[in-house]
Amino acid sequence: MSTVIDIQNLSYSYGNTLALEDISLTVDEGSFLGLIGPNGSGKTTLLHLMIGLKRPDEGTVTLFGEPAHAFEEGERIGYVSQRATDRGESMPVSVRETVLMGRFPHVGHRRISDEDHVIVDEALERVGITDLEDRAISALSGGQRQRTFIARALASEADLLALDEPTVGVDAESRTEFYDMLDELNQEGITILLIEHDVDILTEHVDKVACLNQRLFHHGDTVSFLESDAIAEAYGPTSRVIAHDHP
Amino acid sequence: MSVRNVLQGISLLGIAILAALSLLFISADWLRHLGGPLGSFGTDLFAAILSGGEWVDDTVGTRVFQHAFTWRSVSTGILIGIVGPLVGTFLVHRQMALIGETLAHTAFAGVAVGVLLAGLTPLSGSSDELVFIALIVSAVAALGLQWLTAHTDSYGDVPIAIVLTGSFAVGTLLISWGRDISPIPIEIEDFLFGSLAIVTPEGTRLVAVLTVVVVGLVVVNYKQFLFITFDEQAAQVARLNVSGYNSLLIVMTAVVVVGAMQILGVILVAGLLVIPAAAASQLGKSFRETLVLSVIFGQLSVLLGLAFAVSVDLPPGGAIIVAAIIIYLIAITVSDRAIGQISVH
Repeated sequence: MSTVIDIQNLSYSYGNTLALEDISLTVDEGSFLGLIGPNGSGKTTLLHLMIGLKRPDEGTVTLFGEPAHAFEEGERIGYVSQRATDRGESMPVSVRETVLMGRFPHVGHRRISDEDHVIVDEALERVGITDLEDRAISALSGGQRQRTFIARALASEADLLALDEPTVGVDAESRTEFYDMLDELNQEGITILLIEHDVDILTEHVDKVACLNQRLFHHGDTVSFLESDAIAEAYGPTSRVIAHDHP
Repeated sequence: MSVRNVLQGISLLGIAILAALSLLFISADWLRHLGGPLGSFGTDLFAAILSGGEWVDDTVGTRVFQHAFTWRSVSTGILIGIVGPLVGTFLVHRQMALIGETLAHTAFAGVAVGVLLAGLTPLSGSSDELVFIALIVSAVAALGLQWLTAHTDSYGDVPIAIVLTGSFAVGTLLISWGRDISPIPIEIEDFLFGSLAIVTPEGTRLVAVLTVVVVGLVVVNYKQFLFITFDEQAAQVARLNVSGYNSLLIVMTAVVVVGAMQILGVILVAGLLVIPAAAASQLGKSFRETLVLSVIFGQLSVLLGLAFAVSVDLPPGGAIIVAAIIIYLIAITVSDRAIGQISVH
C-alpha cells in the first residue's frame, strides 16, 4: 500500500498565532481519514496544507510523492469546501455545468469533447442526480448539492477526496445517504480526508482518526481512538458530554 | 430545441451581424486614411456606408444616418453593449459589482493626468490622447486594486471605497490645477456623463480593438473564468492559476470601462457592466445562458438608449442606463411569475 500524504514535523502560523505545531502523520492509499478537533483547532488549515493550498512554515508535506504546494496534477484531488455552496446560492449555474468543471483541469483550453460528456454522465449517474442535471444549483436541497460536488470530483477522476464539513445544513436522512455513498467510493479505492464535527458520524464511517487541537492528540484507527482520552485532551475539561456518548 | 433557445440564437445572430457591420465601418473609417489600394478600398467602402445611411434617412425620415459621427457612436455603442455585460457577468457573480465604478473613477484620474500633461508637455490633449492615458492609468490602478484586495483578504468594499473616492479626489485636484496651465478647453461634463461628441475615430478604433481582444480572451478562457467565479478555492485545488486569471479579468474590466466611458461617462459606465448581468441572472438557468442573456439585454439597452438620446438630443449615458434598468425590472417581474407558476403546480 503506497502513501498518499506524508507529513513530517509540520508547523504553521498565522502571523504570530501558532495554528499547528509539530504534526507528523501519514495517509495510506485507500484509507478514510477523519479529522476532528474543537473549533479553531487547525483542522481546515491542516486539510489545506495536505492538498497544497498552503505552504508549511516548518516541516514537510508530501502529496503523491511531491511537495504538496508544488504538486501540479490538480485533477487528482477533489475538494469540497465549507463555503463551496455559498456562490451557488445566487449564481445561476446548472448541475451539469458544475460537474463539467471537474473536467476543466484535464481539458485546459481545448474544447470539451464527447468523451468528457460521457464521463460527466457517468459521474451524475454514480451519485444519482442524472434527473437533476438541468436544474440550477440554487434550486437543489443541501444533500443534492453536496452530491453534485462529489460528482464534480468523480468527473475529474480524482483519487483523493478532501471534504471540509460537507454536510453542514443537510438533513439527517440525506446525511446518512451521503456518508453511505462516501463509504462505497472509499471501498472502490478512493482515499478520503474528512472534517466532521459530529464524532458519532465520523467514527461510524472513517477507518483512521486524527484528533487535533494545534497539536496532534491521536492518530490511529477508530477503535483505538474511541478507547483513548484524545477527545478529552483535545477539547479540554468541558468535553465530558461528548465523551459520554462513547462507553 | 426549445423556443427559448431559438429566440436566444436569433438574438445572438442579430448581435453578431450588428457587431460585424460595426467592425466593417470602423475598418473602412481607418483604411481610408491609408494610401494605396487598401486606402481607396476604405474610401469607397466608407462612402458606400454613408450613402446607405442617406438612404435610411430618406426612407425613415431622419437626418442622422448620413453623418459619420452617428455611425461612429452607434458602432461604439454596439461593441460596448457586447463587452460590457460579457465582463460584467463574471464581476457580478464574483461580488465585484463596484469594481467597474471604481475603475471608471481611476480612468477619470487618468483623464486629469492627460489634461495636466497637455499643459506640461507637447501632447495636444485631444480626447483620444486623454482616453489613451485613461486606459493606462486605469489598467495600472486595476492591478493596484487587486493587490490591495488580496492583501486585505477579500473583495470587501472598503478598499473599493478608498480607491474610488481617492482616484476621484486626485482627479479633481489635477484637473483644477491642469485647467490653468493646459491649453485645451476640457469639457469635464462630457467625461462625467458621456457624450456622443467625444467619440472620435481613434476612440472608436480603440473600442473595436478591445472588443475583439476581450471577446477572444473570454472565449478562450471561459472555462477557467467560470470555475474561478463559481468556486475559487476548488479552482485553486485544481491548480488553475487563480491570481493570473483574476488579474486578467480585472485588467479586461479596466479596458472595457475606458472604452465604454466615452459614451456612458465615468459615473454611469458601471451600470452597463452590472445591470444587464443582474437582469440575466434573474432568468438564466445555466451560466452559459446567463452570459448570453446579459449580452442580449446589454445590446437592447444600448440600442434603445441611443435611439432615444439621438431622437431627443440628450446625453446617451443616462438613456442607456435607464433602458437597462427598465429591462431589469421586466426581468424581475417575469422571473417572479415563473417562480409563481412552479409553486402552483
